[in-house]
Amino acid sequence: MAIKRPHALTDVELHYCPGCTHGIVHRLVAEVIDELGIEGKTVGVAPVGCSVFAYNYFNCDMIEAPHGRAPAVATGVKRARPECAVFTYQGDGDLAAIGTAETVHVGARGENITIIFINNAIYGMTGGQMAPTTIANQVTTTTPYGRSLQVNGNPVKVCEMLATLDGTAYAERVSVDCVKNVMAAKKAIKKAFTMQLEGKGLSIVEVLSTCPTNWGLAPNAAMQWLRDNLMPVFPLGVYKDVSKEESK
Amino acid sequence: MSEKVLMKGNEALAEAAIRCGCTHFFGYPITPQTELSEYMAKQMPKRGGLYLQAESEIAAINMVLGAASAGVRVMTSSSSPGISLKCEGISYLIGSDLPCVIVNMQRGGPGLGGIQPAQSDYFQATRALGHGDGHAIVLAPATVQEVVNTTTLAFDLADIYRTPVMILGDGALGQMMEPIDFAEVPRRQCPAKDWACTGTGMKRPHNIVNSLYIQPEDLERLVEERFERYAKIEAEEALWEEQNTEDTELVLVAYGITARIAKSAMNMAREKGLKVGLVRPITLWPFPKKPLDKLSATAKRFLCVELSMGQMVEDVRLVVNGRAPVDFFGRTGGMLMTPAELLAQIEERMGK
Repeated sequence: MAIKRPHALTDVELHYCPGCTHGIVHRLVAEVIDELGIEGKTVGVAPVGCSVFAYNYFNCDMIEAPHGRAPAVATGVKRARPECAVFTYQGDGDLAAIGTAETVHVGARGENITIIFINNAIYGMTGGQMAPTTIANQVTTTTPYGRSLQVNGNPVKVCEMLATLDGTAYAERVSVDCVKNVMAAKKAIKKAFTMQLEGKGLSIVEVLSTCPTNWGLAPNAAMQWLRDNLMPVFPLGVYKDVSKEESK
Repeated sequence: MSEKVLMKGNEALAEAAIRCGCTHFFGYPITPQTELSEYMAKQMPKRGGLYLQAESEIAAINMVLGAASAGVRVMTSSSSPGISLKCEGISYLIGSDLPCVIVNMQRGGPGLGGIQPAQSDYFQATRALGHGDGHAIVLAPATVQEVVNTTTLAFDLADIYRTPVMILGDGALGQMMEPIDFAEVPRRQCPAKDWACTGTGMKRPHNIVNSLYIQPEDLERLVEERFERYAKIEAEEALWEEQNTEDTELVLVAYGITARIAKSAMNMAREKGLKVGLVRPITLWPFPKKPLDKLSATAKRFLCVELSMGQMVEDVRLVVNGRAPVDFFGRTGGMLMTPAELLAQIEERMGK
C-alpha cells in the first residue's frame, strides 16, 4: 500500500526525534487541509518550541510567532484576512504558560481561528523542563524529585478552562497513541477547521502527545506511559461543542 | 482643496493614519495616548477598518505582527511603560522585516513613572527596541501639523523599507490642539507586498514570515543585508530643521516639544544680540549627522536640550567628536523648562 504525502505538507524532512508524535499530528492537519480543499487560503502560525520549524513543513503560508503569542498573531491575520482559514500549532509551554493570556482571550473574543495544541507534559526543545501540564510527581530536569504540588501547583487543564468561555465553539482532547485514537484525532481536527469555516468561534483540539527523548522512554513505552499517567489527569473527550448545543 | 481643522495631536495622528490607508489598529489603554485609541475606536468601524482592544500591550503588538504579515497597513500606540512591553514584539517585527507604525507618546519614567510629558525613551527608541542587531526608523514631530505629515511618511517608509517605524511624541504633543491641513501631506511610492501571508491561492510557493535562522552564517548574512538597507535609510531619509545656523556661535539641539521651547529661547537670545541657532532632528534614527557635522567646524559650542537627564546628547557628542564643547540642559520626571529658564542657560554658557 502506497501512502502519499498530503499536498499540504512540503517535501522537507521533519526534524523530530524518533517516536515523537508531532509527525503524526502534522500529517493529520495536512490531510484535513487537503480534504477541505483550503490549502490556498490557509495561514498557519508556528510557535516557539519543538514545532518551531512547522513553517517549513506546511505548504500553506506560514508565520513564526514569538513564544506564546501565536493566538495574538493569528488574531491579527484573521482580522486582516477574514476569508483565510487561520490555525496555530502550539505546545504546552507556549500555550499554557507564557501564552496563557493570549490563549484565554482568543476564547473570550470568540476569535474565529483553530488551535492545535500539543500536550506532552514537558518542555521538549530546551531539554525536558517542567511544563504547565507536567503532572504530579513527574520527573523533569527542573523537578528532579518529581513535580511537587506544594511547590509548583497543579497542571493546567486547557480544554476544561477554555470550555468555560462563551467564545469557545469547540474544545476536544484527543490522543494519537493508537490507530483508533489517531482516527478520532483526525475527525476532531476536521471538525475544528470546519467550525472555523462556518464562523462559529474559537476551536481547539488538544492532542495528548509523547516525548520519548525527554521522558527517557522508548517510543512504545512512552505510549503506554501516556495511557497510564496522562489520560487519567487529562481525560479524552469533547469539552465544548456549540454545534451540538445548537441542535438540541 | 485646503481644509483647516483644529485637532489634538493624538486625534490628528489617528486621522492621518486612517487617511493614508491604515485599516487595522490594535491598542491597549494608557495615559497619555488614550485619545488616539478612542478616536480609532470611534472612526474605524465607520470607515471600513478595525479597532481592536487587546488584552495587553504584548498581545496588541503581536496582533500588529499578524496583520502586518497579512499585508495590511497597521498601527498600535502606547506610552512609555507600554512600549517596554511591546519591545519583544518590535524585535520580532524587525527580525521578520514587517512594516508597521508604532506610536510612543512618552511620559516620565522609569517604572510607572508619571503621566506628564517626557523624552526619556530616546535611548530605547534609537538603541534598544527589543533585543538583537536592528533598528526601527524613529520620527519626532514637533507640531500637530508635523504629526499629520510624519504619520503619513511613517506608513510610506515602513512599506518602502519593510521595517517598523516609531513616531516618538510626548504627552504635550498628544494633548495640544493646533490648526492642521490634511491636504498638504505629500505621499511616496510604495512597493507591492508580494511577500505577505494572504493564502497561496495554490498559485505560488508558500510565503514564510519568520525571524528564526538557526544557521549562524544565514543569520549573519541576513543581518548584514538589513544593515545595507539601514545604510540607505541613513543616507537618504535623515530629516531635520535648521534655524539661524549661518552665523551661529551656540547651537541648540532639541527635538519634539523641547524644540519649540528652544525656538522661543533662541528668539529671545537673538533679540539680545546673541548668535544662537537651532538644529531640530525630525528623524531620531537615522540621526541627522550632516548639519551637526558641518556646524562643528564653525560653532563655538553646542547645547543639547531634552526632557531627560541627557540621552540624545550622546548622539550629538558622537557627531561633534570633540571639535567643540557639547553641553546639556534638561528637565525630567514630567517637568518642562520655560524659555526664560533656557535663556538663562544660554547666557551663562555664552558668558553673558
